[in-house]
Amino acid sequence: KVNDKRIRVSQPLTRGPSAFIPEKEVVQANTVVERTNFLVEEYSTSGRLDNITQVMSLHTQYLESFLRSQFYMLRMDGPLPLPYRHYIAIMAAARHQCSYLINMHVDEFLKTGGIAEWLNGLEYVPQRLKNLNEINKLLAHRPWLITKEHIQKLVKTGENNWSLPELVHAVVLLAHYHALASFVFGSGINPERDPEISNGFRLISVNNFCVCDLANDNNIENASLSGSNFGIVDSLSELEALMERMKRLQEEREDEEASQEEMSTRFEKEKKESLFVVSGDTFHSFPYSEFEEDMIITSDVSRYIEDPGFGYEDFARRGEEHLPTFRAQDYTWENHGFSLVNRLYSDIGHLLDEKFRMVYNLTYNTMATHEDVDTTMLRRALFNYVHCMFGIRYDDYDYGEVNQLLERSLKVYIKTVTCYPERTTKRMYDSYWRQFKHSEKVHVNLLLMEARMQAELLYALRAITRHLT
Amino acid sequence: GKERTTSGEGRERKAGPAALGLVRRTDRVVSGSHLAPLLGLTDPGFSDCPDLKMSRVTTALGGSVLTGRTMHCHLDAPANAISVCRDAAQVVVAGRSIFKIYAIEEEQFVEKLNLRVGRKPSLNLSCADVVWHQMDENLLATAATNGVVVTWNLGRPSRNKQDQLFTEHKRTVNKVCFHPTEAHVLLSGSQDGFMKCFDLRRKDSVSTFSGEATEAGQGTPREWVMTGCCVLRLHPSFAHGFLWRLYVAAPWGTLPSGCSKGAPRQSESVRDVQFSIRDYFTFASTFENGNVQLWDIRRPDRCERMFTAHNGPVFCCDWHPEDRGWLATGGRDKMVKVWDMTTHRAKEMHCVQTIASVARVKWRPECRHHLATCSMMVDHNIYVWDVRRPFVPAAMFEEHRDVTTGIAWRHPHDPSFLLSGSKDSSLCQHLFRDASQPVERANPEGLCYGLFGDLAFAAKESLVAAESGRKPYTGDRRHPIFFKRKLDPAEPFAGLASSALSVFETEPGGGAMRWFVDTAERYALAGRPLAELCDHNAKVARELGRNQVAQTWTMLRTIYCSPGLLPTANLSHSMGKGGSCGLQLMNSFNLKDMAPGLGSETRLDRSKGDARSDTVLLDSSATLITNEDNEETEGSDVPADYLLGDVEGEDDELYLLDPEHTHPEEPECVLLQEAFPLRHEIVDTPPGPEHLQDKADSPHVSGSEADVASLAPVDSSFSLLSVSHALYDSRLPPDFFSVLVRDMLHFYAEQGDVQMAVSVLIVLGERVRKDIDEQTQEHWYTSYIDLLQRFRLWNVSNEVVKLSTSRAVSCLNQASTTLHVNCSHCKRPMSSRGWVCDRCHRCASMCAVCHHVVKGLFVWCQGCSHGGHLQHIMKWLEGSSHCPAGCGHLCEYS
Repeated sequence: KVNDKRIRVSQPLTRGPSAFIPEKEVVQANTVVERTNFLVEEYSTSGRLDNITQVMSLHTQYLESFLRSQFYMLRMDGPLPLPYRHYIAIMAAARHQCSYLINMHVDEFLKTGGIAEWLNGLEYVPQRLKNLNEINKLLAHRPWLITKEHIQKLVKTGENNWSLPELVHAVVLLAHYHALASFVFGSGINPERDPEISNGFRLISVNNFCVCDLANDNNIENASLSGSNFGIVDSLSELEALMERMKRLQEEREDEEASQEEMSTRFEKEKKESLFVVSGDTFHSFPYSEFEEDMIITSDVSRYIEDPGFGYEDFARRGEEHLPTFRAQDYTWENHGFSLVNRLYSDIGHLLDEKFRMVYNLTYNTMATHEDVDTTMLRRALFNYVHCMFGIRYDDYDYGEVNQLLERSLKVYIKTVTCYPERTTKRMYDSYWRQFKHSEKVHVNLLLMEARMQAELLYALRAITRHLT
Repeated sequence: GKERTTSGEGRERKAGPAALGLVRRTDRVVSGSHLAPLLGLTDPGFSDCPDLKMSRVTTALGGSVLTGRTMHCHLDAPANAISVCRDAAQVVVAGRSIFKIYAIEEEQFVEKLNLRVGRKPSLNLSCADVVWHQMDENLLATAATNGVVVTWNLGRPSRNKQDQLFTEHKRTVNKVCFHPTEAHVLLSGSQDGFMKCFDLRRKDSVSTFSGEATEAGQGTPREWVMTGCCVLRLHPSFAHGFLWRLYVAAPWGTLPSGCSKGAPRQSESVRDVQFSIRDYFTFASTFENGNVQLWDIRRPDRCERMFTAHNGPVFCCDWHPEDRGWLATGGRDKMVKVWDMTTHRAKEMHCVQTIASVARVKWRPECRHHLATCSMMVDHNIYVWDVRRPFVPAAMFEEHRDVTTGIAWRHPHDPSFLLSGSKDSSLCQHLFRDASQPVERANPEGLCYGLFGDLAFAAKESLVAAESGRKPYTGDRRHPIFFKRKLDPAEPFAGLASSALSVFETEPGGGAMRWFVDTAERYALAGRPLAELCDHNAKVARELGRNQVAQTWTMLRTIYCSPGLLPTANLSHSMGKGGSCGLQLMNSFNLKDMAPGLGSETRLDRSKGDARSDTVLLDSSATLITNEDNEETEGSDVPADYLLGDVEGEDDELYLLDPEHTHPEEPECVLLQEAFPLRHEIVDTPPGPEHLQDKADSPHVSGSEADVASLAPVDSSFSLLSVSHALYDSRLPPDFFSVLVRDMLHFYAEQGDVQMAVSVLIVLGERVRKDIDEQTQEHWYTSYIDLLQRFRLWNVSNEVVKLSTSRAVSCLNQASTTLHVNCSHCKRPMSSRGWVCDRCHRCASMCAVCHHVVKGLFVWCQGCSHGGHLQHIMKWLEGSSHCPAGCGHLCEYS
């Protein structure tokens, strides 16, 4: 059965940079293309316009800060040697079985003078890189488990120790590529069309998202869709309803003053609910383990990771162990994260800062067919919802808003993209916000990606800060 | 000018409607022409407010003197902020899960009141900031992380002292601030980008100030834009209450098109708000995007002034308690800046560079130039700086184990007590006398050699005085230059680090270092067989009259090159007497013995020199190398009385020198500028342009591959095998020589002729390298390179760097290799990439031949300024004499 799927997938029906977005949607006005090419000329490491860049070029403003920071961490002054950087990117992408990114960086790794032997798997790399495994695993799936002991273990003097700047560089790379994997799966990025299969280390492109895409889709088809809100509500009125809710929320703010208990329970509720968003749904009704196995067997990806079964576990579910909620105000990116990261790996702070700001503030004041809409609320809800799933709470945010603004199908999508990106399907992508433009959905993906990256960075940097004090 | 007029008119016109609006809002009768008390301020001193003398001070202290000691107490939870009561006997600590008042007693802190009551404390109690009213001992305000501003009345009889709750902010409130003299006025600044002014007698805010700037990044304060934006971007919810402001702004607001869209742009978060202590109506606010705004509390529609103070968020600001218009700001860019706001444009007066982002800044009472800072990350200490002395903190408190989050001077007129709260859950009282003073640990001695042998020495005055009995520091009596600066009694560091400077000059012409330059330029270090190199260098040395050095080179050649290859003519001089290798070895031993003798002539070695010179010189004359050699070695150029140790000094010529002297603006410091910064001058000279110039002049145009290859050491072609073979012939083990050569190198280095040591090291390469430990080699290399750079021998120094095998040295010319270029279109510097201009968004340097971007070496015609890839241009000009761009110029490639 598996073989059948493979054959079907190896001939993707859609051409163009993304499997989710029709090619014509990505095609841009000339000026944008010019600008994009210009940016690629300036910042691309491979020297070509890859599919990620093409999809992102729907938001050129953002693309620039994205490429600039990525170029900086891959090519500019930094504590880690170039091949290391690409290998770390491979390790990070492998956590989500993202063969697209792996292939890309296998090439780059070899091009920058990396030792080909390392690509045979983790047992061939220096112990020092291998030591990064633990933190890679945690960061990718359960960043809240990172403690200062993990940091201490890595930086403890010894033969294979990491210096703090090196570690920070590695952490930034890991977080970046975990998040980028979310984007790749979330936007259904197609494999590059002209793979140079010369080096033999590339993974067959079948292992890209498509496998799980089909697997999942099949399951969905089999599963009963009753109760899910798509297909029932007319998509147009869906949009109107959302607009209405936003308006109401904005007005309500003044009069309705939720009690404090109410506020904190709302966060807990949202956190708890996120638990059921995927698992309670019928999307993955098939046994978890079977799915995992399927993934691992069909991919060579596992050679870059250890403990492949380790995955996202709901923050909320850990209730019995009682992990303290991360209070956003106690360790913010602006106040704390920035200073630390910039101190140990100079200038990256400014680039990341700009990128976070850019994505958070990016707006065209449109929503689907409507213009002149203030989308601040919506953006904030998306951003904070991702952080909520990672257990980060903002005191000054009313999590009731999330419930009002993000419909269930969107929540499912968010949860999947940020926590199990490899399971994203076109159906999920299509099922939310059906009236919205593709570029707006890409915008959502960008928000999810950056929110996830920031969440991972916050946990990692907090652990480093604790190690320092 | 035009804009200014416009805004000026606005001011005039505004008075009417604004006052009207006030009437509506506050139900107060207002005199039309005069701007009336907006907030219902009842202070009689209102009209001549600018000169309010704080009377609170005397009443507060009541004449008693503060006492106490350095102490700390443990809190249950991390603190976010602290504030002191005006009686200086109580302090309030607030944090996410703590809100307590402590009494400051002589020996300890005593918990007086826990304001965090209720079984399930709400987020309203999660404090980001706390402030105690400076007029009313019972009044406190806190800023909650959920955006609520709470006031507390300690006079309430119930256990819950909570007074009022303002829930107008939508995001975390970062800062609250009471008016220094008004009882009911409270100001808050929030993450949502708004500042709100509350009258505590009312249920909601009296006015809202929007910190919305123009687009982030466009830091130019354009006030009319601000005005327009403020009005139309008001949140819908304020539409009713602030309708009047629409009237106000409409007459002159030329609204930029971007604003009319209606959607409020993401506003910049407010990080700090502070009422001016001296100007009644003024307050300052700082923002996350690096801006500082100055507001008049009566005019919520627009700020009086806006400027960009820092790169990145400005976390804090503080008005000077005495000097009107002095505002200190601290930012994430690790700087503290002091601004003078009285002038037309905010002028940066002082800038202190700290080592971490600055979280709080507080002027020290009674000390005009002192301020205390603490950091938000990494650094846990509290520093007190003298802003005039921005490099070393005046005092440092190191008690905390985690970042300090709140600092407060205990009493507004007592400079010695500082209170602090920290994330490590402790509250501390620091006494100034217990502070550690980094200045004391600093080493205030400096010794510097001038390029031509001048020596300057500065030391702590006390040190010089103590040792003046021995009079060690007065050298050449003919040219001592001392100078003195009057001590400023107000000077805080007087006495702490006053120092004396002495300068010793060499006799004019005596200390010429011509030989050094010549030798450096003419020596051949690589690229030829060893024998030739040695011969060449020996010849150079002899021509410069340095016979001993020449001799050494010749001997090296003899040792390391097989005898069969030796041209006899050159050898006759040195080998004639010895004839055999055995005898020559004896010579080498003698050389070593001679070391101290020559040491007398070095400049640096002042202690042992004179004592031995006579005797040992006799010794050395007995060696094979003759007197004649000795007389002409480079050391003998220096007159004997140049030596530092042997001349008596005169105390009365030693004047005092204050540390402030190092400020270049001091007119008396003429000499300093000559003596000390010499080194700086060279280091700071951007090596780029000069370097390039040199390169361009030289025959090989620029760093091509071939160039590198030609300079690479080729002596590897001389395998050790052939050497040992040669030695085997003469029946001597090779190791025997290497010890001697090593000693010889050490001798030269100790003697001060590091040039010789390094040159030999490079020429011999592998043959001796292993015998000398890495560190010594590195030391020699760096010294030699330093010397070469002082003489601006950039090419030689770069060659030495290239030829060195030490890793630390060879990476020297790989740092700061950036060459900054300007865009050929807009003439602006191209910051990010060399071939792409950020401003005009085009590729600046296109190759005229292939029409692609040139990312590496760009060669261009100086006549028509067209150019391109080096290879392409070369190729083109081989076939054509016209410019490839088709401009008709006859280009030439030479």
